[in-house]
Amino acid sequence: MSQKDSFVKFEKVDKSYDGEILVVKDLNLDVPKGEFLTMLGPSGSGKTTVLMMLAGFETPTSGEIYLDGNPISSIPPNKRGIGMVFQNYALFPHMTVKENLAFPLEVRKMQQSEIDEKVGNALAMVELQDFGNRMPLQLSGGQQQRVALARSLVFEPRLVLMDEPLGALDKNLREQMQYEIKHIHEKIGITVVYVTHDQSEALTMSNRIAVFNDGKIQQISSPDVLYEKPNSSFVAQFIGENNQLRGKVKSINGENCIVTTESGDDIHALKINVNNNGDGSLVSLRPERVAINSSEKFENNFDAKVKELIYLGDHIRSRVEVCGNDQFIVKIPNSYKEANLKEGSTVKLSWKASDSRALDLN
Amino acid sequence: MNQTQTSTGPILTTDGIPLKVSLKKAERINKIRAFLLVLPLLAFILITFLVPIGDMLARSVDDRQINTVFPKTFEVYKKWDRQGLPSEEVYKTMFFELKNSEGYSVGKASTRMNYSKSGWKSLLKKSKRKFKKIEEGPFKEQMIAIDKKWADPEYWLALGQMVDPTTMGYYLNAVDLKYDSSKNIVQQKENRRIYNKTWIKTFKVSLLVTLFCLLLGYPISYLLATLPMKYSNLLMICVLLPFWTSLLVRTVAWMVMLQQKGVLNNLLVMSNLIADENRFQLMYNQTAVVIVMTQILLPFMVLPLYSVMKTISPTYMRAALNLGASPMHAFYKIYMPNSVPGVSAGCLLVFIIAIGYYITPELVGGKDGQMVGNWIAYHLKTTLNWGLCASLGAILLAMMTVLYWAYNKIVGIENIKLG
Repeated sequence: MSQKDSFVKFEKVDKSYDGEILVVKDLNLDVPKGEFLTMLGPSGSGKTTVLMMLAGFETPTSGEIYLDGNPISSIPPNKRGIGMVFQNYALFPHMTVKENLAFPLEVRKMQQSEIDEKVGNALAMVELQDFGNRMPLQLSGGQQQRVALARSLVFEPRLVLMDEPLGALDKNLREQMQYEIKHIHEKIGITVVYVTHDQSEALTMSNRIAVFNDGKIQQISSPDVLYEKPNSSFVAQFIGENNQLRGKVKSINGENCIVTTESGDDIHALKINVNNNGDGSLVSLRPERVAINSSEKFENNFDAKVKELIYLGDHIRSRVEVCGNDQFIVKIPNSYKEANLKEGSTVKLSWKASDSRALDLN
Repeated sequence: MNQTQTSTGPILTTDGIPLKVSLKKAERINKIRAFLLVLPLLAFILITFLVPIGDMLARSVDDRQINTVFPKTFEVYKKWDRQGLPSEEVYKTMFFELKNSEGYSVGKASTRMNYSKSGWKSLLKKSKRKFKKIEEGPFKEQMIAIDKKWADPEYWLALGQMVDPTTMGYYLNAVDLKYDSSKNIVQQKENRRIYNKTWIKTFKVSLLVTLFCLLLGYPISYLLATLPMKYSNLLMICVLLPFWTSLLVRTVAWMVMLQQKGVLNNLLVMSNLIADENRFQLMYNQTAVVIVMTQILLPFMVLPLYSVMKTISPTYMRAALNLGASPMHAFYKIYMPNSVPGVSAGCLLVFIIAIGYYITPELVGGKDGQMVGNWIAYHLKTTLNWGLCASLGAILLAMMTVLYWAYNKIVGIENIKLG
């Protein structure tokens, strides 16, 4: 972590709703000031529960949450001063956009002139100056989303939580809003904790991503590290496209190891979280790191049979059978004409040992 | 595709038929099918609901029955200048028409004549009996000899109210007014003013019942809408339980509960909260009507409230808390305004049902708790003054229509949700 003090700190937090199943297990998490942290995970992984505990709508079963050094478990949500953008915006349908934005300021008993000024600034920030007197339901999804964002920021909270705020938007709008949120974060330097199950959203916006599964953080690191160097097969599978070759560890040599697949092929790979010879392992490999019919020298070279070719414009996605796995995907750039693949033909695939990661078998 | 449609001409289908014509044709069969599907219900409603209501509304202004019994008398009566007594001609026609008429129709006519001036009924009855002996005129003196009332101009003037085939008399009666002998609208005599009091009482009881239903129904609906499904279902059954029991049974049960030697008073006496001689008077008065009607009409408040509250997303409250509002403030500013359609729908429904309520006031209301509905029933069954029944009913109907209209203006009827 770059900064010393953490602004938000989870310390040994457990959460159970029914006394039988822990939805969050022994969570320890530090978020420095100004960071954009994304909690990414499949539904039911506990990420929203973590957010709700931070907002104050759920209480930790054990452990403590600190905000700026102070424990907050006993502070009610309305006294925490944390902004939040809800999944379906939660704009008050009986109030105009302006009234919605003024609400948090009015409950803080601000002067009317100050309220008008702040509401005006907030509307300008999300470029909705002309929409102040509309009712929320008269706005499009993207506009509602911006109003919700402005409302969560208008009272200048120290921290903003976002619970899958873009889930209800269509793809183009979602991408546009991702950039807008990212820019607003960069401009005002606020700390953001963001929850999503969309990995591309997480990769686009975050300083750091915490990947949740089964109530635990599987890996927390910057987007590039998460993509390039997943340290478990869950993370490798969840982030981006990924080829997996199943086998057993044959030998370990320092940072490297050799994994033998069921078809008898030996794969040279980085040893990530396998420990003993004979352990089961999934070797993870990004499709774009595989070369076809290359003349360069690689540690791993195998013959593969082309099963299927899918034309995707900028690249051709090809499914091949290699090392006993017939779901192996290779991405071939469209410019790479000499490949000239045909379904049923045999090609030579090669990749570096440092691009293949021997992970646990889960 | 290669031709752009001109914006002025009608849009044509590929066959060259105007699109609208073609669409109408395609939809005609659906329209006919839809009409046939509703036809049985439409006929049922027409026969059992609209026609009787129309008939009753007509009765509230109908004043022809007497004209059909004494048509010639009214012809000559119209020529009378309303000074002193009518001429011999009027007496003569009245004599013959009464003598030759059937007893049954005279009975009906005399009932109506009695509304305008009491005494007519006995006068006609007595006269008809004695007229048999009279053979020839002059009739005026002979009739006065039979009964002095024939010489009283008041009786003759009262007939003037019945000259027209329609009358507002029943409506006036329904609000404690009447025509005097020269057809001016005046107040009823002090001891005969009962309807205005009844109207006020009906309104008061209905408003109280609506208010209590709202006060009791709002929290329970909130609970129903926010509890997890398995508990809310159970609670919903409890709310709907009264619907499954006969209205009569429930009302009688309340009589057992509330009477002076009833369960409630006994419990209070037993627990020494009140003395035996100070038992509460909870039965056969307005209090009883309000208590029992509140219990009976509560589901009509809870159901619309619940269905509206169910649609209020719990994240609104969370958002309000998150934005810094206290729970009370969030409830007042965010939850309550969003529940208004349910509140108004529930209030409208309960008020409309309450204002025309009959059975409960009849059973538990005593003398003090009678509402308009009870007077309608009384006149329908006992006095047979259907004109008055019809006018009371029409006023009720008009008030409900006005309420409905006002509601539509203020809240919008499309906001009503009944589950």
